[in-house]
Amino acid sequence: MEVRFRIFRFDPESDKEPYYRTYTVAATPRDRILDCLNRIKWEQDGTLGYRMSCAHGVCGSDGMRINGVCALACQKLVGDYSTSEEITVEPLPFFQVRKDLIVDIDDFLAGIESMRPYLIHDGKLPEKELTQTQQDHKKVQDSIRCILCACCTGACPVMSEKPDYVGPAALVWGYRYLYDTRDSRFSGRIEKLNEPNGVWPCMNYYECTRVCPKNIPITKSINLMKREIKKHISENDK
Amino acid sequence: MVFRHDVLIVGAGIAGLRAASEVAGRADVALISKVYPTRSHSGAAQGGIAAALQNEEPDFWEWHMYDTVKGSDYLGDQDAAEILAKDAIRAVYELEHMGVPFNRTPEGKIAQRFFGGHTRNFGQAPVKRICYAADRSGRVIMDTLYFDAVKKGIKIYPEFHVLDLVIKEGQVAGLIAYELGTGEVHFFQSRAVLIATGGYGKVYKVTSNAFASTGDGLSLIYRLGLPLEDMEFVQFHPTGIEGLGVLITEAARGEGGVLRNREGERFMERYAPVIKDLAPRDMVSRAVYTEIREGRGIDGQDYVHLDLTHLGEEKLAERLSDISSFVRIYLGLNPATDLIPVHPTCHYMMGGIPVTRDGNVTDVKNDPVPGLYAAGECSCISLHGANRLGCNSLLDLVVFGRRAGQHIVENLGRLSWVEPPPRPEQEALDTIRRIEENRTGEKAVGIRRSMQEIMMADCSVFRSEQGLKSALEAVRSLEQRAGSISIDNRGKRYNTDLTEALELRNLLQLAEAIAASALNRTESRGAHWREDYPQRDDKQWLKHTLVQRTDAGVSITYKPVTITIFPPKPRAY
Repeated sequence: MEVRFRIFRFDPESDKEPYYRTYTVAATPRDRILDCLNRIKWEQDGTLGYRMSCAHGVCGSDGMRINGVCALACQKLVGDYSTSEEITVEPLPFFQVRKDLIVDIDDFLAGIESMRPYLIHDGKLPEKELTQTQQDHKKVQDSIRCILCACCTGACPVMSEKPDYVGPAALVWGYRYLYDTRDSRFSGRIEKLNEPNGVWPCMNYYECTRVCPKNIPITKSINLMKREIKKHISENDK
Repeated sequence: MVFRHDVLIVGAGIAGLRAASEVAGRADVALISKVYPTRSHSGAAQGGIAAALQNEEPDFWEWHMYDTVKGSDYLGDQDAAEILAKDAIRAVYELEHMGVPFNRTPEGKIAQRFFGGHTRNFGQAPVKRICYAADRSGRVIMDTLYFDAVKKGIKIYPEFHVLDLVIKEGQVAGLIAYELGTGEVHFFQSRAVLIATGGYGKVYKVTSNAFASTGDGLSLIYRLGLPLEDMEFVQFHPTGIEGLGVLITEAARGEGGVLRNREGERFMERYAPVIKDLAPRDMVSRAVYTEIREGRGIDGQDYVHLDLTHLGEEKLAERLSDISSFVRIYLGLNPATDLIPVHPTCHYMMGGIPVTRDGNVTDVKNDPVPGLYAAGECSCISLHGANRLGCNSLLDLVVFGRRAGQHIVENLGRLSWVEPPPRPEQEALDTIRRIEENRTGEKAVGIRRSMQEIMMADCSVFRSEQGLKSALEAVRSLEQRAGSISIDNRGKRYNTDLTEALELRNLLQLAEAIAASALNRTESRGAHWREDYPQRDDKQWLKHTLVQRTDAGVSITYKPVTITIFPPKPRAY
């Protein structure tokens, strides 16, 4: 069948304004949206810009907005959409466009780095592993699925109102190390999450949770951290 | 612009990151990657990392070493296998201490599971040797190492595509890189370069590899006239999702999954009576294709079934959740109740840039090239020989990535800054200009598809002289055609039209090296199966292939295999 795509185009170097261009490609319902973008670029218009690499939802390169919803182009199939109308493809919202569907992710990564996304273990390391119960390991089981694709942060309605908000992806990484029982900096991490641009701007829109390609319960995790912070503060007040 | 660092590491997957972390703080090191580091293909490794920790049952590094050597069909160098198996234990604890979230045993230790070719007591039965984090082991190891690199303040140049190495009088002077965001070409001056650019599965039509896996690092070496080693050994993983080639980890069988043909028969019992579905990948891939050829593919088609229906929802969710989601997304099937259609998919390259045990690149006389290093899938130590065992790759990356980093630090004092030749970037600029100016040639896509189809048909699991000759001829004529590729995009920002044309040039060179090496080796060993020479021939072929480009065309020479403990024996499982 033939599928029509309406694609956001913008080269900040040569275009005054963004515009949309329409392409028609032959596709089957089992084709990925990424397969269609590749056909467009390889066969019709080599100027189209987008990132991709693994093509099966592991590397996190091809986060974009498809018919208004943030998603990985390699995880959405043509069959997921009504093809009687055109499929609209745009860059992730909120992010600055570098070219077409390619956005600037440097601030996004800096936000994640601000969470100190690495294990800090004070004290002597054992010869073998730091032990951890199966139950404790389960606490981080969901958060370690994050692939840094930025779909959640792009989808979060708070981001455009409060651009300094660290955003849902960074909070997933905050969660991942807050609840890693091998880490020694629980209090310091709580303080970081308690900053004005930490967990508090989250208004429970649940958009991040809805779009996450790895099904991480992001909003629930943020709410858990909010409760943890309150508990920690009230305990310290005693 | 000119950049200057003591050490440049090309590629920021696990090997590059691990090497960088070893150099950081001791010398000025930078990582250069054509993708953002967290997009690197190490992250797609699912199953785990092998180490004889004995957390679940008795195990010893000697057993692990034996399995690695036997898995390699005795082509792997045994001193390298010994380093790997011994150092594995330290390497896994190091990763755990850095924060890698390994699954746990009831006692809170790192959990371990079965995997293909890993056995107890020199081949008696499968052994639980594989440390894992669900089925995203590569991704969590890579993210852990990446954020460690960030913490250490290692300079990273993301989306810089390396085009040329600059070598003067046999010593490294630096490299040339194309900045994707601006289209600018830069000279990076350095005293040492480590190539860690991964594999090149994109030579083939069906592959588990990423679009970025185009073997750029090997091509840099090959174009300099330096040799590549054992290029004929290409691993096809038996369980790629039908049509797509997306990987379904061997851990699915490690956790109890089985392969079935159209009759519902667990056919691996016939091919590997002792360890059945946990035989090494080369054997299972041949078995799958044999079933298909003999008409026992599902509905007579070119795939078989992977049956995980008896594992239960809980095990699937806890240990195989990513692959369960791939099956749901791409096939609309539920692995808890449905059989999964699979066939072999090009997965890993045993061949690569010849290096010493410390990652130093060697020339055709086996002499090290000062300042030039390689690690990871792009390198050939040779550790994996004719066939790599699952979960030895992540291990290879951290063990030999670290060793390369150490060797660089130890030798940096002896490596001086080399004055680069005038305008070192000129050749790269000329190449780009030629492509941009070409208005009449064909687009890259047709040439790429032809190459991938030819290599899949004639140079994959089953090979013969006739097929290899025709593949080699076809690839050479495609290379001719590729000389006049034309592109649509003449813009400066993110011109992937241009970089894909450059990548295709690399892929074609490697396709030629693979086909020429495969045609030359008239025996069957590991992943290289010649239907016209179906026996392993140790008398004539227990040696490594070195392939290089000379003015007179492709030249092939050899290098001996290092055998220390295990004399070659017939390989049965």
